[in-house]
Amino acid sequence: MKKQLALVIDLNVCVGCHACVTSCKQWNTSGEAGYLSDDNPYGAEPTGTFFNRVQTFEVGEFPNTETVHFPKSCLHCEDPPCVPVCPTGASYKRAEDGIVLVDYDKCIGCKYCAWACPYGAREIDEHQKVMKKCTLCVDRIYDTKLPEAERKPACVLACPTSARMFGDIHDPQSQAARAIREQGGYALMPEWGTQPANHYLPRRKTAKHLHPDELERHDNPLKVDGQLPRPATGEPALDDVTSW
Amino acid sequence: MRPAWSVLLLTTLIGAGQGLFLSLFALDVWDAARGQASLAPLFVAGCIAGALAMTGAGLLASFFHLGHPERAWRSAAMWRTSWLSREVIALPLFMALVALYGLLHWTGRLQGALLAGGFAAAACLALFVCTGMIYACLRFLQEWHTPLTIVNFLLLGTASGLTAAAALAAWLQPELARGYVAAALLAGALAYLGRLASLARNARLRPKSSLATAIGVKHPRISQIAQGAMGGSFNTREFFHGRPREVVRAARWTLLALVFPVPALLLVLSGGAAAALAAAFLLQYAGLLAERWYFFAEAKHPQNLYYQAIA
Repeated sequence: MKKQLALVIDLNVCVGCHACVTSCKQWNTSGEAGYLSDDNPYGAEPTGTFFNRVQTFEVGEFPNTETVHFPKSCLHCEDPPCVPVCPTGASYKRAEDGIVLVDYDKCIGCKYCAWACPYGAREIDEHQKVMKKCTLCVDRIYDTKLPEAERKPACVLACPTSARMFGDIHDPQSQAARAIREQGGYALMPEWGTQPANHYLPRRKTAKHLHPDELERHDNPLKVDGQLPRPATGEPALDDVTSW
Repeated sequence: MRPAWSVLLLTTLIGAGQGLFLSLFALDVWDAARGQASLAPLFVAGCIAGALAMTGAGLLASFFHLGHPERAWRSAAMWRTSWLSREVIALPLFMALVALYGLLHWTGRLQGALLAGGFAAAACLALFVCTGMIYACLRFLQEWHTPLTIVNFLLLGTASGLTAAAALAAWLQPELARGYVAAALLAGALAYLGRLASLARNARLRPKSSLATAIGVKHPRISQIAQGAMGGSFNTREFFHGRPREVVRAARWTLLALVFPVPALLLVLSGGAAAALAAAFLLQYAGLLAERWYFFAEAKHPQNLYYQAIA
């Protein structure tokens, strides 16, 4: 089976610190593809291009609520709807590792691929006028000048809680594939059949269910003794009827 | 979705241009079948010029949609997979065939003109399908993902083209005006019915995606607290029309009035007057702009689920 690189994001661990967002922006605004738009970063209406965003959702109704921090980036779908619609071929899925990429020199900025992505993973660069999206740090993960441990996407390296895993999800032995398999990894909006490569691990509650007999032993000898009818003194005891 | 003026103009103008060509060519075929040549050269020239002007203006408008118009030539590359790419090929092809058809007609080579016109008509239908499929092929835009999208592009374009043909005929060859008015009324009524059908269909749609499937948490009550940006982003600008509900409702009423009822009244009451028919076409075109605006505004993109609240 062909390689499919992807991220696996553990929502049980993510604390919503945005370290993945800032490290992503830093790495990808400094590469040879040019900077990522970042207008009014300190003004009233900051806006810009990001490959990765952390969103926050509240699940439930007060007082029974919980907060879910939800990092969102391109899911590198195995059947990406954004690729076939591109009229120029600028948007493509790499055969060798399954990364969905945009050739910025071919992109005409028609935005049709963004319309065709149900996840809103693509953002146009308002200055370069081309469509941009997460590259899984393709200019980093194969860089042999980096120590092997650092050949990972910037967001994965930055995550302080190790909520982000990176690997080939088609390789059953990879950490990412094992996490999906063993910890209930799921895909977003499965109803559209896009088969996202990125998976999310659900929030897991550690709950202990106590049965009443775990709090109070059913066969507690103290109580058992009290309840049983006491034999009369004249009755034969065990020693009287048994010869050892 | 945000209605972009470039796309509104592109789809309405080429639709009317295609319809105008079809109006002329249908009569030409009918003429040939009867062994006659009743079309005045000036009327033919007027229709061809009108069709080319409208499709040309639509093509020009489409360039304003692009971030890099100078690379537009690249967009013909992916015709195997992309309906947009196919449209990019079909539109200039249609225009070239219409120009050839007009040239052959003008120089009196009617047999050749008929052949070129036949190819142009095929390109015309292909162009309608391509334009419609650009929207209809996006399966998660449920409002667009229906055969009605293509049918309506075809019917609305043809109806507006027939109204334009009626106006041109009243001006350049008045004996044809009555027939075109009748045809415009029929096509207009059909187009109106088609659009009403899609409005009724879309009013009953239930979105397949919800916040529960968007973030994968099975709970009926999920609300967004933050979307990861304090200001707007491409995602908040491109996929929302950003207008108050009143504007959307006004667009809906405008399209309901101007796509057919008002132009139909003018067509009936015109008495063959070119000015009244021209007014009917302009009003219907305004109605089509409202129709296309509403077509975009009513389409709810599932990515909006991720962009409900800012702070």
